[in-house]
Amino acid sequence: MGRKRSAGDVPELAAGNGILDRRALLAAGASLAGAGAIAARPALGAGELSMEPWMTEPGAPFVGYGQPSRFEAKVVRTFASAPGTTGTGASRTPLQRLNGTITPNGLHFERHHSGIPDIDPDAHRLLIHGLVKRPLVFTLEALARYPMETRIAFVECGGNTGALYQKEPAQLDLQASHGLLSCAEWTGVRLALLLEEAGVEPQAQWLLAEGADAAGMSRSVPMKAVDEALVALYQNGERVRPSNGYPLRLLLPGDEGNMNVKWLRRIKVTAGPTMTKDETSKYTILLPSGKSLQFVFPLEAKSVITNPSPGLTLNGAGLYEISGLAWSGYGKISRVDVSADGGKSWAPAALQEPVLPKALTRFRMPWRWDGGPAVLQSRATDASGYVQPTRAALIAERGTKTFYHFNGIASWAIGEHGEVRHVYA
Amino acid sequence: MSMPRHLRAAAALLFLSTAALAETPDLGRPATPEEIALWDISIGPDGAGLPPGNGTPQQGETVYTAKCLACHGEKGSGKPNDQLVGGLGTLTGDQTPVKTVGSFWPYATTLFDYVRRAMPFNAPRSLSNDEVYAVCAYILQLNGIISENAVMNAQTLAKVQMPNRDGFLPFSRQK
Repeated sequence: MGRKRSAGDVPELAAGNGILDRRALLAAGASLAGAGAIAARPALGAGELSMEPWMTEPGAPFVGYGQPSRFEAKVVRTFASAPGTTGTGASRTPLQRLNGTITPNGLHFERHHSGIPDIDPDAHRLLIHGLVKRPLVFTLEALARYPMETRIAFVECGGNTGALYQKEPAQLDLQASHGLLSCAEWTGVRLALLLEEAGVEPQAQWLLAEGADAAGMSRSVPMKAVDEALVALYQNGERVRPSNGYPLRLLLPGDEGNMNVKWLRRIKVTAGPTMTKDETSKYTILLPSGKSLQFVFPLEAKSVITNPSPGLTLNGAGLYEISGLAWSGYGKISRVDVSADGGKSWAPAALQEPVLPKALTRFRMPWRWDGGPAVLQSRATDASGYVQPTRAALIAERGTKTFYHFNGIASWAIGEHGEVRHVYA
Repeated sequence: MSMPRHLRAAAALLFLSTAALAETPDLGRPATPEEIALWDISIGPDGAGLPPGNGTPQQGETVYTAKCLACHGEKGSGKPNDQLVGGLGTLTGDQTPVKTVGSFWPYATTLFDYVRRAMPFNAPRSLSNDEVYAVCAYILQLNGIISENAVMNAQTLAKVQMPNRDGFLPFSRQK
């Protein structure tokens, strides 16, 4: 762990059970550098510094499209497909093995309803019709000539963390519990511009967005969501991956992932919602009364500690950096508090700049683990003033008959050997 | 530039007028009604978009047995994939909800829309409109929503009252 500090130099405790002031790691500078690593440290021993073999011969040749180090083979999506299918289900982002806020394109989570279509961009068309003055057809070549906008936005499945509604805490690693969440830099054409060219009729209140996959995945989108909507052609600088909607997808920052229709082929401007399968039989929140909340679009403020998290292990008592992600479909994250005593006491974490609306925000908090019992939690507040609820509060309001839009606080218990377990606290 | 003066004046005027309108690329081409009819496969909850054709529960059973049963089970009972029939009365209280077409789906038009666009899973868009009407009729009849003798078509399907039609509350954020 960090270099021993003189007695008068100990960081102030900011909250119970070893939570330090969020500035402690920054202020301490070099003296604590490297102290936060949770991966097991190789034992330092005499003779460890030998001549590295990779310095004794020329390295590998160029490749056209780079891949991660072969030593990072564990950093992959995990996935499951519906019975009798191979590409219908979800793959999950390994959040516990990533840092920063941007999800590499090959690790962006996926949710497909009938596999990934192999779309020839020259043969793909976008049709805009319905309540418009001029129904229009766009080629990719045409769209590529439109003025573009770039923004960073998270996409989260409305069913992400659905397992936390279960009566007993599911023993899942972070990827399995929270991995239907990713964040990328998206570039594309403002949907509003294309609709303006088509000439939207005054009675238009909704649109239907439809994908060109074999499920023809379709969702109704309220017209007010168009303000921020992009028809995205690029994902982290390169063309959108097939698994994320190549050659173009709808991006509705902050709204549940299912609405961000991939492989976008058609926008139909309508007076009311179309009541598609996914906005009626799925993605509605069944309450204990038997009624279901429908059209719950933006995802409420949420956060999770990614490191440490279930599946990772702490390597002995000492100083750690607790790190995690916070996000809100209603705007910017304004504050994240962290607790090491199961929510009895809290202190504000440092937020990594830039903090962007409807994007993942990385938070960090120094913590001195004394080797004893600890329950780590994070609690996000967004710019609207909304505070992420405890699981108990969320369930008191919503019950456990649904699977969607769980945004309660997750609790990670640290065992005596540094193992991390999911608990309800 | 050797442009005659009157052309120069016209060009300047054209530039000014388009600039004032905030020029957009306008690179879409007009879609024809035939193209739109070919591509517009969505059905509104009022039945808008339902095509000609018809089908009965009995005809639907034949289609279902051949093309749906392997995934959705005998009489829509589920296994290995989604259960389509039953579950009435399971939405309230502490019991595990069984959300099927009969117990949960608010509109029968959604059933036609979804079957036509996405089913059968291995060959979507392969059923005729008559076959889609028939399969819808069979599933609705198994759920006790229509009678064995009912014929489903663009008029009758849109009028089917689903048991959970009033089970949805539009969400509005309290904060």
